Amino acid sequence: MKVLITGMGIITAVGTGTDETLAALKSGRSGMDVVRRFDTAHRHIPVCEVKQSNGELRDMSGIPSDKRYCSRTALLGLIAARQAMRSSHSKTAGRRIGLVNATTTGGMDYHEVHYRKMSSGDVCAQEVELLDCAGGTHLIADVLGITDNVTTVSTACSSSANAILTGVRMIRNGLADKVLAGGSDALTRFTLNGFNTLEILSPTGCRPFDANRNGITLGEGAAYVVLESEKTALPDDILCEVSGYANVSEAYHQTSSSPDGEGAAMAVRKALSVAGLSPDDIDYIHAHGTGTQVNDLSEGRAVESVFRNRTPPLSSTKGSTGHTLAAAGSAGAIISVLAIREQLLFAGAGFHRPMPELSFQPNTLLRQATINHVLSNSFGFGGSNTSLIFSRY
Amino acid sequence: MQAYITSIGLISPQDTASNRFSFDLKHENAPVLRCVEPDYKQLIPPLQLRRMSRILKMGMGAAQICLNNAGEIQPDAILVGTGLACVNELESFMLSMLDSEQGLSSIPFINSSHNTIAAQISKMLHNHSYNNTYCHRGTSFESALTDALMLLNGQEAEHVLLGGIDEYSEQYHSLIQKTGDTATAGEGAAFFLLSRQPAGKVFGRITAAQTFYKPADGFIDAFLSDHHLRHDDIDTVLCGINGTESNDQVYGHPAEGIFRRDTQWASYKHLCGEYTTGGSFALALAACSLLNGRFPASCILRNRRRPQRILIYNHYHRLNYSLVTVERAQ
Repeated sequence: MKVLITGMGIITAVGTGTDETLAALKSGRSGMDVVRRFDTAHRHIPVCEVKQSNGELRDMSGIPSDKRYCSRTALLGLIAARQAMRSSHSKTAGRRIGLVNATTTGGMDYHEVHYRKMSSGDVCAQEVELLDCAGGTHLIADVLGITDNVTTVSTACSSSANAILTGVRMIRNGLADKVLAGGSDALTRFTLNGFNTLEILSPTGCRPFDANRNGITLGEGAAYVVLESEKTALPDDILCEVSGYANVSEAYHQTSSSPDGEGAAMAVRKALSVAGLSPDDIDYIHAHGTGTQVNDLSEGRAVESVFRNRTPPLSSTKGSTGHTLAAAGSAGAIISVLAIREQLLFAGAGFHRPMPELSFQPNTLLRQATINHVLSNSFGFGGSNTSLIFSRY
Repeated sequence: MQAYITSIGLISPQDTASNRFSFDLKHENAPVLRCVEPDYKQLIPPLQLRRMSRILKMGMGAAQICLNNAGEIQPDAILVGTGLACVNELESFMLSMLDSEQGLSSIPFINSSHNTIAAQISKMLHNHSYNNTYCHRGTSFESALTDALMLLNGQEAEHVLLGGIDEYSEQYHSLIQKTGDTATAGEGAAFFLLSRQPAGKVFGRITAAQTFYKPADGFIDAFLSDHHLRHDDIDTVLCGINGTESNDQVYGHPAEGIFRRDTQWASYKHLCGEYTTGGSFALALAACSLLNGRFPASCILRNRRRPQRILIYNHYHRLNYSLVTVERAQ
């Protein structure tokens, strides 16, 4: 059974919706800036924040007014989820709709601001409701009226790629007719400080696959796709097929990938095999490419081991959007869909000098190309390596 | 969809880690039911053990007990459901950060990732297979179970290691209490080896599992008919009564009236407490009771009988509902 993408919605530092996202990717614009939304001792570290305040996001999201308390992660999620569902027009009445959401921070952006007040004073049920990973998922389910197969995945930076993988399998196994899958994460002081303790945040802005790369630039955002089978999809909605998917556990290190990229290579090979494709069929790789020393070398070696000396054009868009954590995999899915729809190879921002260890360098020029199959990688803490393949339909 | 339960590892507030699964009630009137933990040195290499958080010890310990019981089996997937995951590490890092953003230790941040438990189990087993973590509060475990059933029925896996785990968090519990929930809090780690074929000691056969979010009336009827079950096929309902009115009324009318009058009703939260993945304890209890031919006396609410086909019916705060059927494997 073919599982198709029939809708999408996205919000990141470079814009709201697929049109703004596409325009930013074409212009090479980056959403990088200093931290503006909260106080932190690490203001000098560049990040990619969504420009709107929580109040502005509330207005954009159409959140019911009785939901007085809400996390930024949930608001971002609701905005992108609604866009996605609106853009997919097949009927929902009488059909089983699923929601597989992903987040790593849950309601942390709210918790870290209101913690002291909540622990010493009164708390209402709505505030507690939004703290964990499920809170944002519940909000989306409430507004969109989804009651079956509502769940949340949390596997660090591969979370929403795994949400899509779960959603695809729900349709293949007949559990749902239509699944909204994706992820959302607001930038929080928690994550900024957490990644800072690992000393992997770039002081100057991330430069994926560059010889002088010096770390991650954190972003925030949300991205969702609508998945359904050929049986229910309206022909005009069909954007592409999710043809391949695989998650493997590298079982190497809790926060680091192996230098030879063994886990990443396994994920790519398995996804190719599920899709019934050979490496030569892939026209573009949307790389995980975080801009850390370790990831880009590991991912680069994995790509070399699978594609040998015929590496297709590859780029990471994290120089534009930043690393949106739980939204990174589904944002990657949407960028892959745009590459197929527009027959465009996107260039990665921030690249200057090739890595001496690798035989290839990322694509630096926006250009038209025949794109039938796109590989999109998402790797997370705990060695959670997920590869998805999107194919022209 | 179906799966055979071929092994269980259970660390719970009862003396279950020793593998006897007798659920001999240690009736505690404690405000919180904490796990009776095994000697982890027998289960986890000491070097790793020193650096591990408590929830990680519970998870890896229960996974190891489960796999020790199963023999030499390398699972084809590792799935964990955890409502709050490493909430104590998360909070520890957040509190340090709220004090000062300088000189923070990376350890609690690293250990706060929700997928830490599943990831560390894969590392312990040198297992590269599919690894996923579901964090959906009251249906985290049942979401992972649903995924396991998809894998086994899609023949993507022969054996799945599936766990439900949550650790008591004083801070989170105090917030929940402030909203008026007075249930006795609990915790636990239950791991299962689910297999496509019966092999070795079979505890029981899972025949259906489904999660619901704020379901409409009649969802139990719809579930049964979707899975080709008649109400009379269910001889035992194992429900999530926890002694608080707003929770327990869900299991009364009309749910009660759906089933035969002589249906055995049983409960389990007096043994494990209320926590987001309590459904995993319920599944372990149901499976052991099928094998033993009876539920422990403390669990029977009415109509004691030999369980053949059990419906596990649970909800969390009337938002997340789950239904699971498990029956004797002949």
